[in-house]
Amino acid sequence: MITVFERPAALTSAKTHYCPGCTHGIIHRLVAEVIDELGIREETIGVSPVGCSVLAYNYFNIDMQEAAHGRAPAVATGIKRVFPRKVVFTYQGDGDLASIGIGEIVHAAARGEKFTTIFVNNAIYGMTGGQMAPTTILGQESMTSPDGRNPATQGYPIRVAEMLATLEGAVYIARVSVHNPQEVARAKKAIKTAFELQIAGKGFSLVEVLSSCPTNWGYTPTESLKWIADKMIPVYPLGVKKPLEEEKS
Amino acid sequence: MLQEIILAGFGGQGVMSMGQLLAYAGMVEDKHVSWIPSYGPEMRGGTANCSVTISDEEVSSPIISEPDTLIVLNRPSLEKFEKDVKQGGLLLINSSLIDIEPQRQDLNVLKIPSSDLANEKLGNSQVANMIILGAFIELTNAVSPESVIGALKNVLPDYRHNLIPLNQQALEQGIELARRIKLGKTA
Amino acid sequence: MVKVLMKGNEALAEAAIRAGCRYFFGYPITPQNEIPHYLSKRLPEVGGVFVQAESEIAAINMVYGAAGCGARVMTSSSSPGISLKMEGITYMAGAELPCVIVNIQRGGPGLGSIQPAQSDYFQAVKGGGHGDYKLLVLAPATIQEMVNLMGKAFDLADEYRNPVMILGDGILGQMMEAVELPEQKDLGKLPDKPWATTGAKGRAPNLINSLYLDASELEKHNHHLQRKYERMAKEMLWEEYKTDGADIVLVGYGSSARIARAVVDKARAEGIKAGLFRPISLFPFPKPALQAACAQAKNVLTVEMSMGQLVEDVRYNLEFKVPVHFYGRAGGMVPTTRDVMEEVKRIVSNGEGGGTV
Repeated sequence: MITVFERPAALTSAKTHYCPGCTHGIIHRLVAEVIDELGIREETIGVSPVGCSVLAYNYFNIDMQEAAHGRAPAVATGIKRVFPRKVVFTYQGDGDLASIGIGEIVHAAARGEKFTTIFVNNAIYGMTGGQMAPTTILGQESMTSPDGRNPATQGYPIRVAEMLATLEGAVYIARVSVHNPQEVARAKKAIKTAFELQIAGKGFSLVEVLSSCPTNWGYTPTESLKWIADKMIPVYPLGVKKPLEEEKS
Repeated sequence: MLQEIILAGFGGQGVMSMGQLLAYAGMVEDKHVSWIPSYGPEMRGGTANCSVTISDEEVSSPIISEPDTLIVLNRPSLEKFEKDVKQGGLLLINSSLIDIEPQRQDLNVLKIPSSDLANEKLGNSQVANMIILGAFIELTNAVSPESVIGALKNVLPDYRHNLIPLNQQALEQGIELARRIKLGKTA
Repeated sequence: MVKVLMKGNEALAEAAIRAGCRYFFGYPITPQNEIPHYLSKRLPEVGGVFVQAESEIAAINMVYGAAGCGARVMTSSSSPGISLKMEGITYMAGAELPCVIVNIQRGGPGLGSIQPAQSDYFQAVKGGGHGDYKLLVLAPATIQEMVNLMGKAFDLADEYRNPVMILGDGILGQMMEAVELPEQKDLGKLPDKPWATTGAKGRAPNLINSLYLDASELEKHNHHLQRKYERMAKEMLWEEYKTDGADIVLVGYGSSARIARAVVDKARAEGIKAGLFRPISLFPFPKPALQAACAQAKNVLTVEMSMGQLVEDVRYNLEFKVPVHFYGRAGGMVPTTRDVMEEVKRIVSNGEGGGTV
């Protein structure tokens, strides 16, 4: 018998608590596959955030630390400074990273901390029940923007990847999506690149992954994937933000 | 022996290092010592002061509310601390920069034009603090001159070590001055 | 051993190095800046790491990450900065992470002043952040004791897997006294931490966490923590000075205790039988020793640089059997021996004091 598909060693057998149609599960798997392929499962320490992926430590079969809301980059800094040769990553959502933790991520990137951040952007607060996030797009309805996000009173979405790409300490910043198989493949490639650059000791790396939230968006899982393509990507264009093609040597 | 000293002046007059030299010298002589600075914005150019305790016993309160000795290098310091000195205590005044008379009649007052002396005799007004410190140790025997001279290399930052001989001369000037006064001669 | 003259802040920093601390994460604030100044130079010399964080919140979370890896790690700050660190401190207490936190207290509330105060007593000993937790809190009164307690703090933190706070103040931080420093601790002989996240090599993964979504599980964790805090009772530390047969016992910690001690000598010289009880561990509070020291006392007087915080614990721990008076200065003002002496005389003659000024 030939095994054609199995659970990565870097994932536990625990059933996830994610809602049906949520793409967190795909992203977990991509990270785990990369860890397996790089052979670093026993050398990796992950940091889980507060938000939907708060229980990520139950799903990754590696050493993990659970951080306070938004503070994962600071916790990861502490870890990486103690173990500079181990592989350290944070897994953070958009409320965690782009709102309460925006200071921590900016400064970790600016310091060039040599860890990797997987930034899952679904344009909403999921765990707390669908409130507006800093990444909620204009006009998008949420529990705290019931008439749609209005820039006059609620401001504009933050493009984290583009913003962090301006910092010298960041060596690799990319935005990917997981709304179709081609993009999933690209997402995995970006995640692998980010980890490889960390292992090479180059600097800070971040992969922003556009992700779906059928429960809080109020769409079916299939509609949600279409919403990523139609509504999110125009606001959050995919691609490698740093280094740009012309900068590569 | 218990000597509680408050040293005060403008920031930059060497008040803090004068206090540290005393504390260091006391420590070398196996006495119990403490040094507390004022800290905060006034250190940037305003008045600065520190409290030094030198004692044969363990120092209880390092906070000095009634000093045995007050050493003042500028006028605001005299105005601020004169009232606190212990009855019969010692008051050392840098008369080059303080043109008022002390109010208290119950203190032993010694006026030394230390800034002028430092300028005229040593060519550097920066060591005025050492002249007055020399006078203090001669009058009180709180610590020996050798201990203070020995402490210079520990208290002054490395880049000031070239000034150690000058500081030593200034200290000796102060000692000599106080000795003459003790013998009833004028400065 | 050779004595050196050191500022309290610098002595704490050097003592941390000698205790095997190799990681410091902090943010500037007066009057504790000599600690980061010193360590930013000294830690790299011994192969350690110094990071100036972007905020106190980030700093304490870096401490969390490093402590979770099993490192001896510390941070330091002063009152307003400690308030910001409270988030990380409660997470560390919940996740049972050892670390040392120095608070060189200044006047408050709010931005307050930069002058010495002791008004963070409640915050330090009652928890400070959210949830049921305790810090081990040690309050040195001399620079030598700062050095000694720093070494002890790291050992206690590891033994109990708990954050330990050194509660000082601006006087202790800025003051210089002669100290003898201990030898460098052998880093190879620090306690094993099999729970740390070091990479799950040949073992099941380790997790550093304070989240218990199941209420009964969290209650179990709360009971576990509580039992640990009760076990800490054996770490009580205190000093007594002339309390035998004292009619009035002064109680104070840290800088205030130094002032109170001078008052005891003054009072004795005037024929007043005064003594001093100085708690060194503020949590655990040395209740049995305080009770014994005050058993014969007609009056007790706490001397504090606050509007009355320690006094509440003294009353409570003496079970309201002895009149407990309070003398405090606040905002960065420091009690003088003269004023405390006046208070002692008032209490001894009338059985009552004037309270704060």
